[in-house]
Amino acid sequence: MPFAPVPQAFKSSLKEVVIGAGESAVALGGENVLPLYSFDAPIKNRPKVGIEISDLGPDRSLPELAKFYEGASSAAELAARACAAPGADFVCLWLEGADPNGEDRDVADCVKICREVAEASPLPLAVQGCGSPDKDARLFEKIAEALQGRNVLLLSAKEENYKGIAVAAVTAYGQKIAAESSVDINLAKQLNVLISQLGIAGDSTVMHLGASAAGYGFEYIASTTDRVRLAALAQNDAALQMPVIAPVAADAWSVKESVMSEDEFPEWGPVERRGADMEICTASAMIAAGANAVIVRHPRSAAAVAELISALL
Amino acid sequence: MALKGLDIFKLTPKTNCKDCGVPTCMAFAMKVAQGSVQIGACPHMSDEALAALGEATAPPMKLVKIGAGEREYALGGETVLFRHEKAFVSKNLFGVALKPDSAERVLPEVMKIDYERIGERMHVELLHVGYGGSGNGDMAGSGNGDMADGGSGDRAAFLDTVRKAAAAGRTLVIECGDAGVAREALELAKDGKPLLNGANPSNYAEMARLAEEYGVALGVGAPDIGGIYDTVQALEGLGCKNLVIDVGAASAKEAFANAVQIRRAAIKDSVRSLGYPSLVNLEKLAPGNPELQLALASVFVLKYGSIIIMGDMSYAQALPLFGLRQNIFTDPQKPMTVEPGVYPINGADESAICATTVNFALTYFIISGELQRSGVPVNLLISDAGGYSVLTAWAAGKLSAASLEKFFSEQGLNDRLKNRTLLIPGKVAVLKGEIEESLPGWNIVVAPNEAVGIVKFMKELSA
Repeated sequence: MPFAPVPQAFKSSLKEVVIGAGESAVALGGENVLPLYSFDAPIKNRPKVGIEISDLGPDRSLPELAKFYEGASSAAELAARACAAPGADFVCLWLEGADPNGEDRDVADCVKICREVAEASPLPLAVQGCGSPDKDARLFEKIAEALQGRNVLLLSAKEENYKGIAVAAVTAYGQKIAAESSVDINLAKQLNVLISQLGIAGDSTVMHLGASAAGYGFEYIASTTDRVRLAALAQNDAALQMPVIAPVAADAWSVKESVMSEDEFPEWGPVERRGADMEICTASAMIAAGANAVIVRHPRSAAAVAELISALL
Repeated sequence: MALKGLDIFKLTPKTNCKDCGVPTCMAFAMKVAQGSVQIGACPHMSDEALAALGEATAPPMKLVKIGAGEREYALGGETVLFRHEKAFVSKNLFGVALKPDSAERVLPEVMKIDYERIGERMHVELLHVGYGGSGNGDMAGSGNGDMADGGSGDRAAFLDTVRKAAAAGRTLVIECGDAGVAREALELAKDGKPLLNGANPSNYAEMARLAEEYGVALGVGAPDIGGIYDTVQALEGLGCKNLVIDVGAASAKEAFANAVQIRRAAIKDSVRSLGYPSLVNLEKLAPGNPELQLALASVFVLKYGSIIIMGDMSYAQALPLFGLRQNIFTDPQKPMTVEPGVYPINGADESAICATTVNFALTYFIISGELQRSGVPVNLLISDAGGYSVLTAWAAGKLSAASLEKFFSEQGLNDRLKNRTLLIPGKVAVLKGEIEESLPGWNIVVAPNEAVGIVKFMKELSA
């Protein structure tokens, strides 16, 4: 008897979250199959690739990156450059300089930068905070107001600050938020439930389940993402049906393999190639695990991941 | 596929002799089907019947071995589709494709990649040598390698590359659909028990004989998944069950679809004839595109590639890929740990300051990475804290003043180290007083709560 594969499309599907406005808007999620399983059923929206830029500028000690951003100094100029990178679907502005333990750029300055970046970006915009729950809450409230109508994605709302961010950004100004938890399906679900209890629908939230670079506990995020996706599709758990975003840049570029100098490890080769390869590997594995969008830093990574997605879908 | 009681009954002697302790053969068969009695309880079963039953109760995916001696590797044997359900059994193997015109250049670079990471040797386990277009998924040259590939020059170059690869001390994957040429290659490499890849719908019988003669596993492929299934069944019919399935080279999309559907059919739907390890050749799917190959390799580590062949592998690619593999094939029940001991960082000698944390591999990696970044020489002291994270180890009593005292005396640290400053994790700041008592003469300093604060902290400390 010949073999006939049994297609396994699910009755449930992921929610679809749109970021950006107009023609360049991108939709995340919406599929009713496991990641990249287009042989089970058509995948509604292919995974998307975002390029991260920092308000503090790129690491110009990396020759390729320096060349890519040559002559671009303001965040707006960097964003315009990033949007032109092959494979980029959206740009993610990381307000690194807002960190109270760092430059501590004030909220008004950050809002001004966001406005300029939004003006300069033909692609949809995500804004990543500095990681301080308090500062991010204050930032996102003002950014959401300033960028009304742009339908930006704010990363991230956490357990400590989700209330203010969700109400100010989504309810008041119609922006999208990422709900960030730390590599645990129950924490992810709990935060989604709390956010939904504020009256926010699932099509305004994406999940940031945590991040780790390949080799650095990646099994935890891989299995958490597997379990989240199975709960969403096989068990129809509405509190876990939001699309998943994986900002892998910061982790990929901070592990030993991506920072140690070539002098110390001559056999490893140039730092920049190592960092980009770490980023390509991590982002690709996250897409295989179930990320509907990844955020990378290097144009080489964006191109490779976009090529992967085209090759598989 | 689970056997029914009636199927088992047909294989019993049907004598109702009661030697098994059950009144009738029918009742015995029912109990075996339920799993409450082992088939071996009947002393009168024929060998054929036992073999047939063994087959039916075998695990869903075969464990296939390739290579010899220290370089023998097990593939497959998986029982779950997702690692959180239990664990993946056999880590995937990486291979690099050697070609006659580039082997001299590629081989030394590949051999350079050889290092240890958390107790595991990281290296490219396999070298792949292919004979023209005669392998799987590319049917044009099958069974007719010489003609299709331009004659004996290619054959000589192929065999020469096999010889070089065999001398490199790695396990080989020989890909050749021409049984005559394959035999010559096997003669050169037979001691290492290579994987012979290249069986397809038209040459499988010859290839099966060859694989059996040399006692090697056989790789089998076909233009589509239906063809793969039929060819595997035909091979099984010849008694050839030491197989690896080549998921094909038509496109990355199809190779991925095949890899997933084959594994899923085997494990979820108990389709025995698809219960074999897989092979994916990325050099064929993305020729000359190392970045796409890296991206695809990362996907196949998670989703069901048992053997992943790449066109080349740079150190920069190896570092994340091997790390990813180590993560994915970790048993979720057993956290990765590092050996307890003293780990000098940034060229630390006996007079460098000391820091301590737990032996949970992830913690060790993050902390040692941050310490390295600080540029300050430090001796990182790793005690056995049960493989838990800092707070869990503390809560479980595995990281305490007493455990550190024991560790210090076992390792003789008071003699080995001259410096008397010890940094402890910020999360167990509460232990400071107790540790000061248990380690007299040591100046205990509380380090930051989170790893991100380490670089700044170390720089200030050493300033």
